[in-house]
Amino acid sequence: MARPLGESHKRFLQTMMANGIVDGDKARALHRHCCETHGAQYTPDKLDEFIEVINAQLQPMFMQIRKGLSEEDGLQYYALVNMAETDVTRMSADYADNELELFRKTMDLIVDSDNGTASSTDILNCADSLQTKKLKKKETEHVLNRLVQDKWLIEKQGEYSLSTRCIMEMEPYIRRIYQDQVKVCHICHNVALQCQMCENPTCGIKIHTHCVARYFKGRTDPRCPSCEDFWPHEIPEVYRPPSSQSQSAATEKTTPTPRATGQSRKTRRS
Amino acid sequence: MLSVVLTCSKLLTAASFRVELSGRERGNCSLFSDCVGECALCERVHVINTRLNKREFEKRKKFQNNHWLLKAVMSQRKRPSNVQSSQSKGARHSEVLLGGGGGDDDDDDEDVTFTQPSTSQVQRGLARLTPAQVDLKTAEVVQFIFVKDQKKIPIRRADIVKHVVKDYRNIYPEIMKSVGRTLDTVFGLMLKEVDVKNHVYILINKLEPPGGELLNMTPSNPKIGLLFVILGIIFMKGGVVKESMVWNTLKKLRVDPGDRHEDFGDVKKVVTDEFVRQRYLEYVRIPHTEPLEFEFRWGQRADTEVSKVKLLEFMGQLHDQDPQSWTQQYRDATSSQTVPVSQR
Repeated sequence: MARPLGESHKRFLQTMMANGIVDGDKARALHRHCCETHGAQYTPDKLDEFIEVINAQLQPMFMQIRKGLSEEDGLQYYALVNMAETDVTRMSADYADNELELFRKTMDLIVDSDNGTASSTDILNCADSLQTKKLKKKETEHVLNRLVQDKWLIEKQGEYSLSTRCIMEMEPYIRRIYQDQVKVCHICHNVALQCQMCENPTCGIKIHTHCVARYFKGRTDPRCPSCEDFWPHEIPEVYRPPSSQSQSAATEKTTPTPRATGQSRKTRRS
Repeated sequence: MLSVVLTCSKLLTAASFRVELSGRERGNCSLFSDCVGECALCERVHVINTRLNKREFEKRKKFQNNHWLLKAVMSQRKRPSNVQSSQSKGARHSEVLLGGGGGDDDDDDEDVTFTQPSTSQVQRGLARLTPAQVDLKTAEVVQFIFVKDQKKIPIRRADIVKHVVKDYRNIYPEIMKSVGRTLDTVFGLMLKEVDVKNHVYILINKLEPPGGELLNMTPSNPKIGLLFVILGIIFMKGGVVKESMVWNTLKKLRVDPGDRHEDFGDVKKVVTDEFVRQRYLEYVRIPHTEPLEFEFRWGQRADTEVSKVKLLEFMGQLHDQDPQSWTQQYRDATSSQTVPVSQR
């Protein structure tokens, strides 16, 4: 019998519903505030257990607060995902049929690409060949902006990639639709869109950029974990956010976005 | 309509048939049992025994209640196979739900004529289904409610039945009980019926509005600020104000209903359309006014979600006054009827 939820749990859940996705630091702060506000016993570092209690109750509703790593910065995020509809129709409350079709096509481009991005030019070309109602250039830009605002896509210098929340929520859908065509990380076994690949033609395994950073940390002679060939790509630094960021994030009253969009803070390859 | 009637009459073994209107326990509708397999009327509607011949039936069609009832029957929609057979008894209430109306996409012609099944029907229905199936339906209704609530548009029972409950409508009360339990124990939310006649609900929060640090963690909508100013105006003026008062006050705050606002867009539309549809405000015509004038009142959602006491405290801070100095408003705010759910 699942443990009943206290008000602190419900508050946490409601906040997750309002935000969609939060980074690890904020999730921990939220855990503390929820317990304090509702007079529940607070044990720091027990966030995952706290969430498990909530998840036990959410499970019959095919919802879950899931933990995942962002492909952008390799940091941990918590997202409330819906597992019932593994289809794109989940978004259909807000988007028209042709807009959803555009999103599906964008996803196709991203999954097929080497670096997990799709250029705005390519997406605009897709808009011309939609089977449902066609979208004009201005309309396409508008839809893309909405998709970014609603945290389904991330845009950087004209290139679009799937947001952390999108990947976490759509992972079952992506696996089902794309099957073998989608890249999977050899280290963590999750869907890998932004990743590095072993150059050995008989090997070709893929590893998330952030998984590469962790796996090869400190090694002078990085070797492919599968075929042991030299790993030719640049090994990025493991991304560590400066500790002051958690305070500044809490004072921001605007909708928090995954730190992924904070380009200036990236310490990865130049 | 006439052609449908004629088609149906071919299926009927006699030109007259029994139509049962609300009243008492009914028996079989033998005629409809021959028609399409099950009788849409008998299992749902509890009616008085009336024998009608075809002409009477045509005449009766015009009466509002029957019209909708018969329209549903005559439309001969495909009935799901696990629906109660025509031998059901003991329908206690008849509620004919008119599925039309509301600013929704739903087709008015696709009426869901829905009547509350009786307890025995529910029991029988439950006996046929596994708990897992019932749980699944509960989950789907909860998801549906959340999707609808995203836009803060009230949720119609007709939509819940039509889009989600569907084949399980004979255990609808049980599903809704389960839904209510889940919304409360898992999410701290509640479904409140704002329109008892048409069965329209809104989702309200049983938890108090977040304060302090928590407030920073919830993304806010700039329109809420606008709404609160308007609710404040209405409340301080005793519960109803002419629209001109609202527009003038907003103009002083440099929000002009005539201009497009940076954060709110079309201000007039947001206030008179969006907030009204969301049930935060009521925008009612003042009768006998020339030219046409409207007045604003608090909507049902505002009544349940907004604490008048907190609003008055906010006003007190704004004007640097003791909230109790507005005696009438203070009395209004503290009267038991207006205490929001979360503070009861």
